[in-house]
Amino acid sequence: MAAMFSQNPLMNGPNYSFNQAPSTSSGGNKEHAFYPYTDNGGSTLAISGSDFTIIAGDTRSTSGYSINTRFQPKVFKIGGTTSAQDDATLVLSVVGFAADGEALKERLDTIVKMYRYQHGKPMSVKACAQRLSTILYGKRFFPYYVTAILGGLDEEGKGAIYSYDPVGSYEREQCRAAGAAASLIMPFLDNQVNFKNQYMPGSGVGHELQEREKIPLKINEVEDLVKDAFDSAVERHIEVGDGLQMFVITKSGIEVIYKALKKD
Amino acid sequence: MDTLVAQYSKPMFEKENYSQDDQMELYQAAPSLSLRFAMPPVAQPSAWLRAATDDNANPNCPIKIAHGTTTLAFRFQGGIIVATDSRATAGNWIASQTVKKVIEINNCLLGTMAGGAADCQYWLAYLGMQCRLHELRHKRRISVAAASKILANLVYSYKGMGLSMGTMCAGVTPSEGPALYYIDSDGTRLAGNLFCVGSGQTFAYGVLDAEYKYDMTEEEALALGSRSILAATHRDAYSGGFINLYHVKEDGWVKHGFSDTAPIFWKTKLEKGEFSNVTSELV
Repeated sequence: MAAMFSQNPLMNGPNYSFNQAPSTSSGGNKEHAFYPYTDNGGSTLAISGSDFTIIAGDTRSTSGYSINTRFQPKVFKIGGTTSAQDDATLVLSVVGFAADGEALKERLDTIVKMYRYQHGKPMSVKACAQRLSTILYGKRFFPYYVTAILGGLDEEGKGAIYSYDPVGSYEREQCRAAGAAASLIMPFLDNQVNFKNQYMPGSGVGHELQEREKIPLKINEVEDLVKDAFDSAVERHIEVGDGLQMFVITKSGIEVIYKALKKD
Repeated sequence: MDTLVAQYSKPMFEKENYSQDDQMELYQAAPSLSLRFAMPPVAQPSAWLRAATDDNANPNCPIKIAHGTTTLAFRFQGGIIVATDSRATAGNWIASQTVKKVIEINNCLLGTMAGGAADCQYWLAYLGMQCRLHELRHKRRISVAAASKILANLVYSYKGMGLSMGTMCAGVTPSEGPALYYIDSDGTRLAGNLFCVGSGQTFAYGVLDAEYKYDMTEEEALALGSRSILAATHRDAYSGGFINLYHVKEDGWVKHGFSDTAPIFWKTKLEKGEFSNVTSELV
C-alpha cells in the first residue's frame, strides 16, 4: 500500500490544516515567488434542453486591463476523428487561464480520441464527464486554473451539461454560467431557465402564491436567452465582449454560430 | 530531497516527445490505478497550494475551491439516517444550490461530503473502487470498519498537503449491524452513534442532541434528520438549498427525497409553530 503513494513525498514545510485560523501574509517584504497563472477573463454559459445543448463563450482575451485579442475561442469540440472535429459529439468550454484551458482541452481530446479508436464508438457524455473529473483531480496539488463545462447529448438523447470546479468536483445541471461574469449571468439564468422566484399571476398573495410551472425551453428561445445574457454581461463587465460563439448540439451534429458583441 | 532535486533539475526541453508515462496514459482508456499527482515545481508545494487555493488564509487567492456544508448521520434502532444540505460556496458566492453531498459508494454504503467537494467526490469514488475489489478478492462485502479505515489511511498519507474533507461512512453489514464512522483529512477516524459535520454542525447538533433517542421509529428518525438540517440552513449562511435524506437499512440504502428547504421551512413554522423568531406577515 505504501508504495502506491510514494510519488507524493510528504513535504518538510509547516503542517497545515484547513481548520487553522487565517494567517494572511499581508505587508512586509514581498518574496520572490512562483506565479504560474494569469486570469484571461471572459465568460462561458451552457444550457441544456430536452433534445439539445447550447454552450457559448465570448471570444475576448484579457490580462489585467489589456485586451490581448478579440478572437480566442473558449469553447471546443472534443473527440472527433479529424482535426476539423466535424464528427465530434462533445463540447468543452474552459474559462480562467487560457493556457491551462488549452492544455486541458488537448489532453481530454486525445483521451476521447483514443477511446474512440479502442472501443470503435464515440465516448458518452457521462463517461467523458467522469474522465474529465479525474484529469482535473490529477492536478489537485498544482491545479489547472480553469472552470470547465462539458456538454453533449446523453444516452436518451436529452441535453446534458456537466460543470466543474478547478480540481474536478462535478455535477450534472440544467444550466451554468462560468468565468468572470458568472455572478452576473447565473442569477438571470436561475430566473429565466429554472423559473426561480416566478409565480403564477393571480394565484394569490403571500403563502398562497403558486410557483410558475416548469416547462422545458425551445431551442430558439435558449439561443435568444444566451445572446441576451452576454449582451447584458458585456454592458457591466470589462473582461467580456468582442464576439460570442455558440455551439448548438443536436442529434444532427454541432452547429457553431458566431455573433458580434460590443468591442469597447 | 535528492529525489526532488533530481525531479526538477532536468533540462527544460529534455522531453521533446511524450514521456513513457504520458504515452501509457494515452494507451489506457481508463485512468491507471496508481495515484500520481502533478506537483508544482517549488520547494514547498503545500504552502504554494495554500496561497493559490485557500480563500480562508488568502481571500484574494486566484483559484476558489467549493466549500461549506451541513451534513449529519445517526444510528437508531431501524438503521442509520443520513441527511445533508446542498449548498456549495466559493467565498461569498453560492456556487451551487443542488450539490449531491450524499455519495453512494455502493448499494449499501453511503459517504457524506464536507470540505473540498472534489476531494470528497474523488476519494469516495476511489473508496468505492477499493470496496468492489475487496468484494471480488474475498467473496464477501467489506465491513464499514474496514472501508472507513481504507479512507482514513489514505487521507493520512496525504496529511499536510492540503486535502480538506470531513466525511462520514454509513452502512449496515451482517457482521457489524448498523455502523457509522467519521473520517477527516487530519486522519481522525471515530466510530459513533451520531455525528454532524461542516460549518453548520453546531446548529444541527443543537436539534439532534435535544431530540435524539436510539429507540425512535423510522418516521421520527427521518423527521429529526430533516429538522436538524433545516435548523442549520436557517442559522448558517454557508448551508442551504435542498435537504437530501437517506435511510440505510440492512438490505441497502433508501433515498427519501431531495426537497427544497423553503416550503419545508414555512410548513414547519406555520403548522408546528416553530421558528417563532421569524414573522409570517409578508406585507
